[in-house]
Parts: sequence; structure tokens; C-alpha cells
Amino acid sequence: MKYLDEYRDGRVARKIVDEIQRVQTKPWVIMEVCGGQTHSIVKNGIDYLLPEGVELVHGPGCPVCVTPLEMIDKAHAIARMPDVIFCSFGDMLRVPGSEGDLFTIKSEGGDVRVVYSPIDCIKIAQANPDKKVVFFAIGFETTAPANAMLAWRAKQEGLKNVSLLVSHVLVPPALAAILQSPENRVQGFLGPGHVCAVMGYEEYEPISAKYHVPIVVSGFEPLDILQGTLMTIRQLETERGEVENQYSRILDREGNKTAQKLVFQVFQVGDRNWRGIGTIPHSGYHLRSEFADHDAEKLFDVAQIATRESAICISGEILRGIKKPKDCPVFGTLCTPQNPLGATMVSAEGACAAYYAYGRHLNQSKGVDVPIHSVGGAA
Amino acid sequence: MCLAIPGKVIEAFDQGGMRMARVQFGGIIREACLEYVPDTRVGEYVLVHVGFAISKVDEEEAHRTYQILEDMDQLSELMAPVVDERDRHSQTPHPTTAAENGATPPANGVTRGKEGD
Repeated sequence: MKYLDEYRDGRVARKIVDEIQRVQTKPWVIMEVCGGQTHSIVKNGIDYLLPEGVELVHGPGCPVCVTPLEMIDKAHAIARMPDVIFCSFGDMLRVPGSEGDLFTIKSEGGDVRVVYSPIDCIKIAQANPDKKVVFFAIGFETTAPANAMLAWRAKQEGLKNVSLLVSHVLVPPALAAILQSPENRVQGFLGPGHVCAVMGYEEYEPISAKYHVPIVVSGFEPLDILQGTLMTIRQLETERGEVENQYSRILDREGNKTAQKLVFQVFQVGDRNWRGIGTIPHSGYHLRSEFADHDAEKLFDVAQIATRESAICISGEILRGIKKPKDCPVFGTLCTPQNPLGATMVSAEGACAAYYAYGRHLNQSKGVDVPIHSVGGAA
Repeated sequence: MCLAIPGKVIEAFDQGGMRMARVQFGGIIREACLEYVPDTRVGEYVLVHVGFAISKVDEEEAHRTYQILEDMDQLSELMAPVVDERDRHSQTPHPTTAAENGATPPANGVTRGKEGD
């Protein structure tokens, strides 16, 4: 446990928190944009370690959460087809569409398979030449190289029975959309570490400069998040708006150029609809026309499906940092991970699901936002 | 699912023209593609996301990050079924243990062994 203790050392955490307290003179709102960071913050009660006036809000950092309902319904329609083997990351299986989830479809006889890696679909397609293998290619930039490789290999090997249902989203345009909103409260960002391990952080610099907002690319471990918060507050207090790298032990400004090269050969940037937020221009990847033979949206005749989100759900405002789960009248009652009403509850990495998982809906006496557990090892 | 998991490359090989590896994550062994970190050598540690190495990490970082991910219950992607192309009709429903498979783990499977490496 040597290494774990080192990064969850309570004394180091206390020193960082003391330093935040020392430099902070005004209230600040900081948003993290990585589901792993959200999970870590809520699990370890990091938001409650911070001095009063430093508020952490939880951005659209969970790719499962922001996958639009109409895309989920499209996936389900394809998965129900008799000649299809529908492959997905495990996280998507329990996400409800308008009628049931992928588990339901599997229980009703649909061939739905959880895969570890997109390229598992190659083996499945080779072993089942009479079936159409469709992969639900969701994710942020971290997942794009893996999904790109599936399309690339399928084309190279002439595997006509492999296609991708692509619902890929990109972090920087989402940050810009949040900052442009008239209701915006966010003054600084903790950037997503593993997204930037692939993409580097160069593309965040124009956003930081345009909106004069600090973006500190951070890891997801408790001390990373505290350190990233301190670096953000130092910038805010000195009126700087720059991109900084808290996670230099993992990533640099360039990212993984080899991975980026294949991603850009396979995908092109286009508009994407984000669940809870709506359409954000240039915020996602689509397969290039050279890969049309492997584009499930082009291959399957699935008409645009009309969907309707819950009228009560406030996940759109949560994803933009305007509200928190405690502001929702049905959090933990009508809306639970077993019966999610919207984006932030459908996956464990969503803010509402994380708050629920760590019991923040239970402490009614102190208000639903208060953690019931002691602050973990980081205290 | 936006986090990558660090593991140790214990074997590198070519599969259908792709540079692949067997990577040990704590007590679990899975295949990963090395195409994006092509200079990786056996014995080095890599960050792996959905079966793809995306960067190298040093040993200390790898151990610590793995433990934190385990503590956060963020290792479930490693437990996804193994696709075995030799079996046309099914997937291995659950990762197998080293004991079930004998001392030598299958080249194409998840192996659960004892913790540590």
C-alpha cells in the first residue's frame, strides 16, 4: 500500500487545503470535466475538504451520460434486428432507452455482447460471417483511438460485416459551450487527464485565452484534484487564464501523435447532440466518407426516433454547472440508478449517480448534498 | 469509462499485423494493442484504455494508480468477457482463474492470478 498511501496522505492533503485557504480571497466555482474525477471527488468527499467559497461543480465528463436518448434508441433498434450481433462496452447495457435497455433486448433473444475492446469485434465478425457485427462506438477522445482502429482494421481487412454506430464527443467544444452560456457560473476548469494523454492540451489554449479562464489538466487521484484546484485558484486570484498541466507525470502538450494520426484518418469533426445539453457545434467525431461501408447509421435503415426526456430532470443544468443534484426535487426518490430519469443518473460516473452511490441522498437532516461517510483517506 | 488502467507488459507479439501484448493488471492479465505506443518493451508499464495502450508510465505511478482505481471500483472494464475466435458461438462468460487453466495462462484470455507482479 506504499504508493497509495503516498497519494492519499492526509497530511499532504491538509497542506494543500491550507494553501488553498491561504491564497483564496473570493468565492470561486470550478468545474471538473472527467467522470473519473467526479467519482473521486464524491467518493473522497473532496468538495467538503475545500474551504467555504470554493465550489466544485461537475461537468459533462461521462460519455455514457451524454450519449443522446435518440442514439440509444437507434442502438436498441439495431440490436433487436435478427441478423445483428450488437457489441458494446459494458457501461451502456443498463442505460434505458424509450423501451428497455440492452439487457432487456438480450433477455428477449437479441445477440448483445459486452466487449472489452472495440477490436474484439474483428474476431466476432470473422467467426460469424453470416451476421452483421455492430459496435456502439461511444466515448471521449480517450476512446477514439480504439474505436478508430476498429474502423481502420475493418476497412483494411475488407470485413463487410463490421460497422460502428458512432456517438463520439469532444471535450474542448463542450467547455466553450458552457462558457458561452448566459447562465454560466464556471470560472475555472480541471481538465481531463486521460483525454489529454491522447490529445495533449494544446487545443485548450485558444479556449483559455478567448474566455480568459484557467484550465488545469489534472489527474483523478485525490491529491491530483486538490493540487489542480490549488493551481486553478492561484490563477483566478492573480487574474490569469492559462492552461497548466498538473498531470505532467502522464501527459504533455502534444499528446499521443501516433494515436491522433489514425483518429484523424478515420474520423472528421462534426456537430453532436449531447444529452441534457443539446447540439454543440463541432463537438464530436463522425466516420469519414471513406468508411461509409462501416457506418451503421448509413447501413441500417433506422429512421429518426422521436424521444422525450423527463420534464422534471435537471441534468442539463447540472452538466453545465448551474445546479447540483441536491437542487433536484426527485433526486434519490423518483430518480435513482435503478430508475434514472436523465443523463447524470444513467452511469456510475454521472454526478447524480455518484452522489447517490456515496449516500448523499440519505442525510436528510443536514440536506441531501452532505456526505454521510467520513472523508476517506484524503482527510 | 474515461480512465485508463496501468499494467505491465509481460509479452509482446504480432497478431494479424498488429502489435499486441499481454498486459498484467494486478492479478488480471488481458491483451492490449501496442500500435499507439510502438516502442514499448516487455517489462515496461503502459496506461491501457479499452484494450489499447495510450502512453507509458513508470512503475511507481503504475502501482499507485492501479491501487487507487481498485479502491474506486474502476476496474470493471477488465472483467468484460474474452472473445475467443476459436469458439464460433459464444464468449467466455466470465474471466477464468489461473487455477482453472493450469499454470500457463491462455494466450487469448483473461487470467486471474495472485495480486502483484
